[in-house]
Amino acid sequence: MPNTVATDGIVSGRLNNATLKDNFSDLHPKLDDHEALVAADRCYFCYDAPCMEACPTSIDIPLFIRQISTGTADASANTIFSQNILGGMCARVCPTETLCEEVCVRETAEGKPVEIGRLQRYATDGLMAKGQQPFVRAASTGKSVAVVGAGPAGLSCAHRLAVLGHDVVIYDARPKGGGLNEFGIAAYKSVDGFAQQELDWLLSIGGITMQYGKILGADITLEQLQVDHDAVFLGMGLGGVNGLDIEGSDKDNVLDAVSFIADLRQASDLIKLPIGKHVVVIGGGMTAIDAGVQAKLLGALDVSIVYRRGKENMSASVFEQELATSKGVRIIYNAQPVRVTGNGAAAGIEFAYTQTVDGKLALTGESFTLQADQIFKAIGQTIEGVPGALKIENRKISVTGTGRTSLDGVWAGGDCALGGDDLTVTAVAEGRDAAIDIHTSLIDGTSSKKEL
Amino acid sequence: MADLTSNFIGIKSPNPFWLASAPPTDKEYNVRRAYEAGWGGVVWKTLGEAGPPVVNVNGPRYGAVWGADRRLLGLNNIELITDRPLEVNLREIKSVKRDYPDRALIVSLMVPCEEQAWKNILAEIEDTGADGIELNFGCPHGMAERGMGSAVGQVPEYIEMVTRWCKQYSRMPCIVKLTPNITDVRMPAQAALAGGADAVSLINTINSITSVNLDIFAPEPTIDGKGAHGGYCGPAVKPIALNMVAEIARDPITANLPISGIGGITTWRDAAEFMVMGAGNVQVCTAAMTYGFKVVEEMISGLSQWMDEKQISDVADIVGRAVPNTSDWQHLNLNYIAKAKIDEDLCIKCGRCYAVCEDTSHQAILMSDDRVFSVNDDECVACNLCVNVCPVEGCISLEQMAAGTTDPRTGTVVSDVKADWTTHPNNPSVTAAE
Ligand SMILES: Cc1cc2nc3c(=O)[nH]c(=O)nc-3n(C[C@H](O)[C@H](O)[C@H](O)COP(=O)(O)OP(=O)(O)OC[C@H]3O[C@@H](n4cnc5c(N)ncnc54)[C@H](O)[C@@H]3O)c2cc1C
Ligand SMILES: Cc1cc2nc3c(=O)[nH]c(=O)nc-3n(C[C@H](O)[C@H](O)[C@H](O)COP(=O)(O)O)c2cc1C
Ligand code: SF4
Repeated sequence: MPNTVATDGIVSGRLNNATLKDNFSDLHPKLDDHEALVAADRCYFCYDAPCMEACPTSIDIPLFIRQISTGTADASANTIFSQNILGGMCARVCPTETLCEEVCVRETAEGKPVEIGRLQRYATDGLMAKGQQPFVRAASTGKSVAVVGAGPAGLSCAHRLAVLGHDVVIYDARPKGGGLNEFGIAAYKSVDGFAQQELDWLLSIGGITMQYGKILGADITLEQLQVDHDAVFLGMGLGGVNGLDIEGSDKDNVLDAVSFIADLRQASDLIKLPIGKHVVVIGGGMTAIDAGVQAKLLGALDVSIVYRRGKENMSASVFEQELATSKGVRIIYNAQPVRVTGNGAAAGIEFAYTQTVDGKLALTGESFTLQADQIFKAIGQTIEGVPGALKIENRKISVTGTGRTSLDGVWAGGDCALGGDDLTVTAVAEGRDAAIDIHTSLIDGTSSKKEL
Repeated sequence: MADLTSNFIGIKSPNPFWLASAPPTDKEYNVRRAYEAGWGGVVWKTLGEAGPPVVNVNGPRYGAVWGADRRLLGLNNIELITDRPLEVNLREIKSVKRDYPDRALIVSLMVPCEEQAWKNILAEIEDTGADGIELNFGCPHGMAERGMGSAVGQVPEYIEMVTRWCKQYSRMPCIVKLTPNITDVRMPAQAALAGGADAVSLINTINSITSVNLDIFAPEPTIDGKGAHGGYCGPAVKPIALNMVAEIARDPITANLPISGIGGITTWRDAAEFMVMGAGNVQVCTAAMTYGFKVVEEMISGLSQWMDEKQISDVADIVGRAVPNTSDWQHLNLNYIAKAKIDEDLCIKCGRCYAVCEDTSHQAILMSDDRVFSVNDDECVACNLCVNVCPVEGCISLEQMAAGTTDPRTGTVVSDVKADWTTHPNNPSVTAAE
């Protein structure tokens, strides 16, 4: 008998292929021409537009929307890409409800913002489908820059440097580029292999060499990079995950949510991916939501996300929370894990209710237990493998201004660097701005290869 | 990448987009910011004689017509020429031109129809280093009551006379700005040419009353209970302006007279349409007054993209491209037969096409019980009304019938030979000639 939602334990094939396909289809499909014109028509072309201010990469949103309205979507895409070369991915993954669309004046007027994210996707998809790269490289400067990490921060930095005429080598630990675009973002936000298509398209600028399977700290060292290159940019993201320090957390099937998501993103066939009947996710961020929702979409019978503080403190946006509940995921607020139960493998998990007293989290004394075959920890990621010479602050690489680290000639940006808000778009902005600063330093000679 | 550099009657600008003479160009502060925003040139707000400047009303000077979602479609104004002293304007013009030598700066003028008055002001303009002058023979309100503006523009003899003075007393290129408040725009254009004008620009605003207040029974905008007609501009006037540009471009007498196109230009597409219709460059007022100076960025990127797509590298090469195809009705091919076609996949079943065809046209649209709309070729005359009222772009289109097929409406076989009214048997003059 084939497995169903009701099958006990952790099994694959709870749902048939058609249902899986439907469940993991595009969350916000591309607007068609008519939809795009209607959506674009709503933009008021505001002066000093609030949306533009709210975009970490400061895309000229009123202009790109007007360019869609007037039938020049390619010009529109150029407007976007000139500020944000990963405008395609950002259009899919940005929490627009807390960025540009939150401050749209039509949100104020009618409670319905202009659909900026989807319009951005309309414009960028169009130009990328033509395989056109909107930039031409400047004449070669003969300078070489090492970029560690092929995630949004590293790619954005590398592309800008390449445009400015520098040669770039990207070193990434994994066998594939894209960073969390490829391994982290929820599958329904980036369908049909978009992360790899975007990567290939971005690299078509030329001048960027990829070195996969190269781990900083194991295969390469910062010292050597500084000798081989005129500048170094670190965009390594957050490689580690926070541990769950409770009784029983070493039992089987207590797993990292990010690994589960990475496996899911890399699965060639979702029907072969095992998932529990009863799934519990611990955490309150985007990772918790993505793990919970995708567990449910794979066919788990019941999925609970348990967060230790209130709804208003959850770092996942209200939109993300509602997405989860609309898929049938339960979110339990104000409860923290106490112990994992089960014989060898997890079978349940006990939580204690919390309340906030004088700004501090305290236990109410009440508790409850959830049945759980699989427990996903989504309680934050940590930086890993940072070269010892670099100054660390608040568990991230300390940076000032446009990503300058404590070492001359070494910049950092994205999730691994201090500041920012752990979003794709922020990583893109930081990578780009660091590139511009690196460019200045290469040209004026303040950054160059180190002597051995 | 297309090169948008423009050379209009010897006046160079980085792009063909100029701001028309109006509030956006009324002072140094505005003009500097306009140049910084990317405008290729400006025509300074119309200057009058030396002495006490004109005064404007202190109540509302604009009225508007809106489309859906309060989009501004037409603007009406009762503003006069500049109300700032001549010497202040002249000083500012000189200073701006010195700092922006690559941008076009034209000075618009309106002084009484007396030779000495023109002679005086021309010398002062020449002194500023401005690139040229534009004669405002178009303003239809206020100044016209004083024998200037459209009061001059409506009398071809005056146009010719004043233009001649300007060419006689100044070396500057001279653009004559025409009023649309006339019956045949070719007459004033011919007069400008006869007077020696280097170019004409058009249109200025159209006499209008935008609305009437139904509580106080007075036209709007209302000042202390009374209103006056104003000048209409903005997207609503574009079709009128385009036709007037075409008339001048097609007239054998003025065919080589350069035209600066004005009237409702809001997007790159509007600008391109004016240019292919014969305008050497364009001027914009209402779009800037509605959206700010930044609109020019869309005009620049849009025109570049379109020219790239058309593989045209020089803006001069688009000028007049549609003029040979702008014809008289009598020369349109009556053997060209088309039928409306509804794309069922795109149709949202609103029924607007049905309503208009059934009630006001040829009863050529069929509606099934389950709201499927289709065209009855036996009745369709290809009038285009359904296409125009359909809310979904591209849903209804007119498709040409191939030669050799039979038009079910008339039972005649479609011919591939062109035949127009001049040869049609129903044309009385054809019969008369036989
Ligand atoms: C599950 C999940 C869902 C998310 N969803 C969203 C979302 O919907 N919207 C959004 O805006 N943000 C989302 N984020 C956050 C977003 O993905 C990150 O902020 C963003 O990817 C950070 O970019 P980055 O370039 O700094 O790092 P990463 O994307 O993490 O890339 C780092 C790269 O560095 C490589 N690397 C790491 N260590 C080394 C080393 N020692 N040597 C060499 N290479 C190394 C890695 O292999 C990786 O390719 C999500 C994050 C997660 C975990
Ligand atoms: C408020 C206002 C003031 C204007 N003042 C002048 C003027 O002083 N001189 C002039 O030649 N045209 C004047 N115009 C007309 C414009 O230059 C332009 O010809 C007209 O508005 C049509 O272009 P548009 O549809 O782009 O606005 C004025 C228009 C407006 C709206
Ligand atoms: S735009 Fe408004 S604020 Fe500015 S002058 Fe006119 S009425 Fe006054």
